[in-house]
Amino acid sequence: MSRSARPRSVLVLFIAVLLAAPLLLPEFYVTLLNYIGLYAIVALGLVLLTGVGGLTSFGQAAFVGIGAYTTAYLTTVHGVSPWLTLPAGLLVTGVVALSLGLVTLRLSGHFLPLGTIAWGIALYYLFGNVSALGGHTGISGIPALQLFDLELRSGREFFYLIWAALLVIILATRNLLDSREGRAIRALKGGSLMAEAMGVDTPRSKIVIFTVAALYASMSGWLYAHLQRFINPTPFSLTQGIEYLFMAVVGGVSHVWGAIVGAGLITVLKQWLQDLLPSLLGKSGNFEMIVFGVLMILVLQRARDGVWPIVQRLFPAPPARARPVEAQALPRRPLPAPGAVLLDVREASKRFGGLVANDRMSFRVRAGEVMALIGPNGAGKSTMFDGISGVDPLTSGAVSFRGERIESLPARQIARRGMSRTFQHVRLLPAMTVLENVAIGTHLRGRKSFLAAACRADREEEARLLSEAAAQIERCGLAGQMYELAGSLPLGKQRIVEIARALAADPCLLLLDEPAAGLRYLEKQALAELLRRLRAEGIGILLVEHDMDFVMGLAHRVVVMEFGQKLAAGLPEEIQRNPAVVEAYLGGVE
Amino acid sequence: MDLQIALLLGQDGITNGAIYALLALALVLVFAVTRVIFIPQGEFVAFGALTLVSLQTGRLPGTIWLLLALGTVIVLIDGSIALRDRQFRRLPMILLLNCGVPLMLGGALLALSPAGLPLPVQVVLALMLVVPLGPMIYRLAYQPIAGASVLALLIVSVAVHVTLIGIGLLFFGAEGSRTLAFTDISFEVGDALLQGQTILVVVASLVLIVALYFFFERTIYGKALRATAMNRTGARLMGISGTLAGMLSFTLAAAIGAFSGILISPITTIYYDSGFLIGLKGFVGAIIGGLASYPVAAAGAVLVGLLESYSSFWASAFKEVIVFTSIIPVLVWRSLKTRHVEEE
Repeated sequence: MSRSARPRSVLVLFIAVLLAAPLLLPEFYVTLLNYIGLYAIVALGLVLLTGVGGLTSFGQAAFVGIGAYTTAYLTTVHGVSPWLTLPAGLLVTGVVALSLGLVTLRLSGHFLPLGTIAWGIALYYLFGNVSALGGHTGISGIPALQLFDLELRSGREFFYLIWAALLVIILATRNLLDSREGRAIRALKGGSLMAEAMGVDTPRSKIVIFTVAALYASMSGWLYAHLQRFINPTPFSLTQGIEYLFMAVVGGVSHVWGAIVGAGLITVLKQWLQDLLPSLLGKSGNFEMIVFGVLMILVLQRARDGVWPIVQRLFPAPPARARPVEAQALPRRPLPAPGAVLLDVREASKRFGGLVANDRMSFRVRAGEVMALIGPNGAGKSTMFDGISGVDPLTSGAVSFRGERIESLPARQIARRGMSRTFQHVRLLPAMTVLENVAIGTHLRGRKSFLAAACRADREEEARLLSEAAAQIERCGLAGQMYELAGSLPLGKQRIVEIARALAADPCLLLLDEPAAGLRYLEKQALAELLRRLRAEGIGILLVEHDMDFVMGLAHRVVVMEFGQKLAAGLPEEIQRNPAVVEAYLGGVE
Repeated sequence: MDLQIALLLGQDGITNGAIYALLALALVLVFAVTRVIFIPQGEFVAFGALTLVSLQTGRLPGTIWLLLALGTVIVLIDGSIALRDRQFRRLPMILLLNCGVPLMLGGALLALSPAGLPLPVQVVLALMLVVPLGPMIYRLAYQPIAGASVLALLIVSVAVHVTLIGIGLLFFGAEGSRTLAFTDISFEVGDALLQGQTILVVVASLVLIVALYFFFERTIYGKALRATAMNRTGARLMGISGTLAGMLSFTLAAAIGAFSGILISPITTIYYDSGFLIGLKGFVGAIIGGLASYPVAAAGAVLVGLLESYSSFWASAFKEVIVFTSIIPVLVWRSLKTRHVEEE
């Protein structure tokens, strides 16, 4: 995301140009800009949905239609004031989007867009066939908007309303993305598993952005109805829905400003092609779609980020940022007394079809101790981690965490109870900074939600969350990399970021999957020192690691796994002498 | 509604359902092998039908120009790759397949005056014109981003769809057409009249489905496709090229699409954009099968055909609304069955 502190002067200049535009431009261009604004509002919803959330919808035009038809029907038939039909339209859209989201969003990603195609077609035919909505001829005589004494009759007056609405929505969207819930949304694309393990309710995040995108569309529809003062089903067809997606993708689907650029480009290009192509081909028809289709394919193949990154280069780079200011520390979870049983795994088994990855494993982890789980590659250690943390539930067996059964809870519920983990195959969001990645760990320690984030009522809590994330990064020795993109760090450092993220959740049990892999000698020493300090604080640590010096120097007790089963358990010295363990690691002497 | 109308509607529903079933099978196949949700499937239906119309009315089908254009672009791309890699021996083949064959076809069309040829020859000619578009489109639009997410591939599909719709309008015009009937035999069954064309559609669909079954069960290419569908990486390690599997599945999908179009064109008026709705109804069937199961998808598609036909009697204006909202209960049911978080 480009939420960086771009010099404010660019924004001020942009607003100045907007204010002057309707006074200087001829009617034709004002109309064009009005449409660009209306389209950009819809495209912005798709940026949120597709570019940020990794979902998509071809049915946005149908939501525009719901907004437009609600106001058209209520104002013309029942004489309701247009200012009341806006919330009414949003309500209808919200209900429809919520129910549609609940139905499709729990299925794999491609069912949502397919659902929206079906839905977009169904609604288009509904608009065209319900006689109360005017059928294919539509509804005319929609009243003009009235702002105090001023009646917004001309496109020039309407211009300010459209672009003010667009700017407010853009700023609200940017604010939302730069917040606790925003980070959770940005984790949806390529990081759902990790986000769930950090306590994010990913289905809820998906439903929220789908609904928000629908509400933007509905608002655009309301504006459209009162600008045109006449509607029919045509602009709410699936083809228009597809065009909205094209705008978002061509403009730059991961950037809020890409929505304006895309809406502008496609609208102007369409205008130009609709003049040019029919005379060139000697036939009339929507031939611009051929150009748009080919353009889309090329954009997706060659420049997945669209046009916005090119525009962005024209602006000065954002200045370097300082560490988030110290804010009041977040409250901490009371830790259990040292020696208390934190985790009790009994007879835990995991089967993948015929393969038994974990076979009746039993062990305990106590507060203030490091328990190491070792074994050859493929012994089932990471599977065990996934089973305990709820990322991939066990087939059978019992897991108690602080006296409570958790084996059938989803990962986010387990995280809420004070367990945090790292992943063997690093799961960071490479395009986000180290600070933002670690801040995802603090998700459950904040409560401000979407609306608060959109209007910046979350700043105090946000400062505390970021301050906590920064403190954990410094504690793990990555203070110098706080604003680097997580994907640019070497793998060993990325593993440390994972530890900082886990610590930011304020856990009482930490599951570390090969934290020392890829680290150099001194870095390993520093990591061992950090784990000793955590242990002394009373945190329990379950550690999977291949570096025996590292394990034996840290662990109180060791469990050895082979072929999914417990091979041995005991103190580190005992394990090192155990002939069965030696044979599993080094092979027997024939 | 009396029995006679019920039978008539049922007959209609099953005819359309058989076509939707064919399309649903193709969609499941393409998705399983390439992860592409093949929205442009319907355009092959329209192109197949309208190409046959052009042949029968003695016009040069526009499809030949598309074939030549796509072939030329592929020659330019693949040719420059071959030149860069100094694999000069590949050049003649690239030229022959992508430009040579379309040119020969074009020559044959000009020489033969297809309007006077027997129907089976016209059908074969139409298929030869439309089916190669499948692998060509795969090569140009999908293969460069074959590893991208399902979502990106889906957006490409939609882009291909709108491009083909525009091209269809350019080549075939906005008017709808029908082809000549394959047969005008009809049978009296009780009170109802059973159209020969209906029987032909159903039988042809069944034959095609059985042929596909044998293709997948008995031939090495069919098995390669199944292997790719089950495990892409595993199949590649066994020497099955992902590109070949993609080309092959697109060829099959194009063939099924074009053939379906040819089957229904005597009984339904086909416009340049009719394919889309027809293809989407196949999709509704495929979604009922979860985009994974062939028999359930086929059964779902027949169900869609019947639903469509009976709702056109009860509420003809809301026919499309009813058909397309029918996937919502299916999605609800599917959604209640799955419960874990997926990661692509």
